[in-house]
Amino acid sequence: MGSVMGRFFSRGFRGRRRPREQAESDRVPPGQYLVDGFPVLSAGPTPRTPLDRWDFSIVGEIDAPKRWTWGEFRELPSETFTRDIHCVTKWSKLDTTWEGVSVDTLLGGAETAAGYVTAFCDGGYTTNLPLEEVTGGKAWLAFAYDGEPLEPEHGGPARLLVPHLYLWKSAKWVRGLRLMNGDEPGFWESLGYHNEGDPWREQRYRGD
Amino acid sequence: MDEQRLDGNAVGGLLGEIFPFEMTSAETACAGCGATSGVGAAMVYAHGMGTIVRCASCDNALIRIARHNGGGMGQYWLDLRGVAYLKIEEAT
Repeated sequence: MGSVMGRFFSRGFRGRRRPREQAESDRVPPGQYLVDGFPVLSAGPTPRTPLDRWDFSIVGEIDAPKRWTWGEFRELPSETFTRDIHCVTKWSKLDTTWEGVSVDTLLGGAETAAGYVTAFCDGGYTTNLPLEEVTGGKAWLAFAYDGEPLEPEHGGPARLLVPHLYLWKSAKWVRGLRLMNGDEPGFWESLGYHNEGDPWREQRYRGD
Repeated sequence: MDEQRLDGNAVGGLLGEIFPFEMTSAETACAGCGATSGVGAAMVYAHGMGTIVRCASCDNALIRIARHNGGGMGQYWLDLRGVAYLKIEEAT
């Protein structure tokens, strides 16, 4: 019923944006377009590490390094959250729903003087982030997408998810975080991509 | 499936924009495992962010190329840390 009326009225007001369209466009950062699908970009073969050989660790500038097996990781408290995601290749996807463990939970108040983290992954991928960009409820270690276990193509069994930054920062197949005193450019950051990658400031490339 | 994986000949055009030689017939030695092969026999992963040429023996990233508009200027970024050497035949 509502859709029929909506169609009727949208004919009458052609050229005017409906509130829903306006709301969506306000969520699309500059230079981005919306997609319905979920494109896959891979810079190498898709790793398929068996869960019994998977672990996640926090190493580097930390008093006591941490490590979880898959079973231990899945016993940590997790959150279901819905966020918009933005890829530097210009597609954005609204309202993606994930389940994961907050990086705050993983760090668990660990003592560190580090200002930066490097996420490291199966397959050798890395990405660098200021520690403050992955703490304070802004980043998760996600293991489910849309209610299903995360597919290997999308980074399963677990990927970092930092949805407020371009998606290359949300490292697929992540196996750990290295806490660092200094910043060290990761895989794409060392090939001319922006060090921070904020889509709302359109920080795509070094120099942007 | 690794549907974005191509064979090394797929990078010939892009390398040809940078080097004045036919690069698919160039010989590479992998800095990771030491394997030698023609660039055309390597594995290539290409998408909107860049092109990665990987060793067919060990998947080490041999050559990484991004072509983009940083600072509004078209530019190539070329990372050759993964190769011990490239042997390039002079054009005949």
